[in-house]
Amino acid sequence: MADRKTGQTELLYVTSGDMYQPYSYSLGRLGAEFLNTIKEEKRFLGARCPGCNRVYVPPRSVCGRCHMKMEELVPVSDEGEIVACAIIEFGFVDPNTGIARPVPYGTAFIRLDGADTALPHFLDSVDREKVKVGARVKAVFEETRTGKIMDIKHFALIDQYRRPGGSNGFSVE
Amino acid sequence: MGKRAAIVGFGQTKGSSSRKDVNGIEMIHEAVSAALADAELGIEDIDAVVIGNMDHFEGINYVDMWSVEGSGGVMKPIIKVTTGGTTGTTVAMCAYYHVASGLFDRVLAIGWEKNSESDTTGAIITAYDPIWERPNMAGAIGGLAVDASRYMHDHGVTERDGARVTVRDRLNALNNPYAHLRQEWMRGKDVATLVDLLVSSEENQVLAYPLRMSDLCPRTDAAAALIFASEDVAETIAPVPAWVLAVANRHNTVYYGDLDWSLNETLEAASRQAFAKVGIREPLKEIDVCELYLPYSYAGLAWIESIGFCGPGEGRRLLWDGVTDMDGEIPMNPSGGVMSSNPIGATGVIRVGEAAIQIMGKAGLRQLNRDVKIAMATGFGGCYWADVLLLGKNKPL
Repeated sequence: MADRKTGQTELLYVTSGDMYQPYSYSLGRLGAEFLNTIKEEKRFLGARCPGCNRVYVPPRSVCGRCHMKMEELVPVSDEGEIVACAIIEFGFVDPNTGIARPVPYGTAFIRLDGADTALPHFLDSVDREKVKVGARVKAVFEETRTGKIMDIKHFALIDQYRRPGGSNGFSVE
Repeated sequence: MGKRAAIVGFGQTKGSSSRKDVNGIEMIHEAVSAALADAELGIEDIDAVVIGNMDHFEGINYVDMWSVEGSGGVMKPIIKVTTGGTTGTTVAMCAYYHVASGLFDRVLAIGWEKNSESDTTGAIITAYDPIWERPNMAGAIGGLAVDASRYMHDHGVTERDGARVTVRDRLNALNNPYAHLRQEWMRGKDVATLVDLLVSSEENQVLAYPLRMSDLCPRTDAAAALIFASEDVAETIAPVPAWVLAVANRHNTVYYGDLDWSLNETLEAASRQAFAKVGIREPLKEIDVCELYLPYSYAGLAWIESIGFCGPGEGRRLLWDGVTDMDGEIPMNPSGGVMSSNPIGATGVIRVGEAAIQIMGKAGLRQLNRDVKIAMATGFGGCYWADVLLLGKNKPL
């Protein structure tokens, strides 16, 4: 509606419509081996830096801190520790799928035993008393796996609070 | 051929959840016109333009070209800068580099965002690694919630401590006519009462535990512009220019999972570099005012520790003792900060501009009641990237 005499007009938006533009991202050799090993053997691998000895999970072929090429893959545990976490309660559309994620859900950065970095993933719990920094978790895999990070269904909280034994204990200065 | 450089003009639009009355180009024009008027310059006086936003928030990938009528960049050199949340501070730093290099005398630095034009959470997720982190992360709110979980765990911090930061910034915003969130119901109430109200209110819902709505910044439409000038012209333009004393910036990693969650290492390193340049040994005593990029409440505790205003876990003591309030030893965010307006690409420009006007004596109701000699502005983006700028009243040696 526009009224020329008063200069009043209804303010408008034009929407882009439902755009669809899928991307295909390369994982690199180490990233592919990580997902293939989960898919075929339900085991985790990390990349070890020859410079600083950090074990990176997920693996990639360059250590940014040392700017060195990494080629060695080492096994890490399917169990680990929560280093940071949240329980998501607000609904939003996942831009990867275009679908609203069901809420609430637990999410955490998990340092697998033997790794120095953390992997973000979903948790099997939304219990505020259990989803805590330091809690122990174990990977639960999907029955049908396709070579995606979601081949890990989620991490389950386990009643075990031993400190990670396999970690190099490396902390970023 | 290097030159000293100063800020000689600042302009911003009023923050709003939706500026449907203007498109992005028109909103940029408003901010640029305000900055030019502040410096009493015309667009013909500007030698070059630096502009920034988060392109994919509006889905426009050539913002330097698309915005040219609004920016005033027609037939001038233009560079676009996009660095996440730090975009606005990086825009300011890049404009400073232009002038400090000696190649340009008067450079316009512009930041803007129309968050109302897309889903900010969905847009922010696309900043995360698409293969490993995007499928599991939940935009800025989820990322900040995990950050809070670790800080609260490490230092026994409570939600009352977080709310204390919110209350400071939102009370300050009542003095800022440009702030997006001006919560009039807070006016006149004491801090303890406001903290109690925030942590007990059922309307103040949990969005991502441990964060409630009041722990988070708004989504804002706004633009802001700064004018940087070389030492050859700065003092003829502004009676009191805000001199750039130091700039520093650090990036670490794109993978959140690689971070050492116990501190903000980029902010710590950038702050140390900037302080060393200026010779600051005791930041709490030597800096007069801060405009910090604190996008959520607990950052106002954790990150002031990383900067070095206090030791690890001591942030809440500074807050509760009133040290960071308007009449405290180191007032933080007189503007109301990011907790009161977050037009992402403009947010860093506003931090720098608000720090500058404290030195220039142009901050109106939010002007500090003392002489401001050194002001600090920061940017946060990322992953966990940091920009730090120190501005001063005295021309650097």
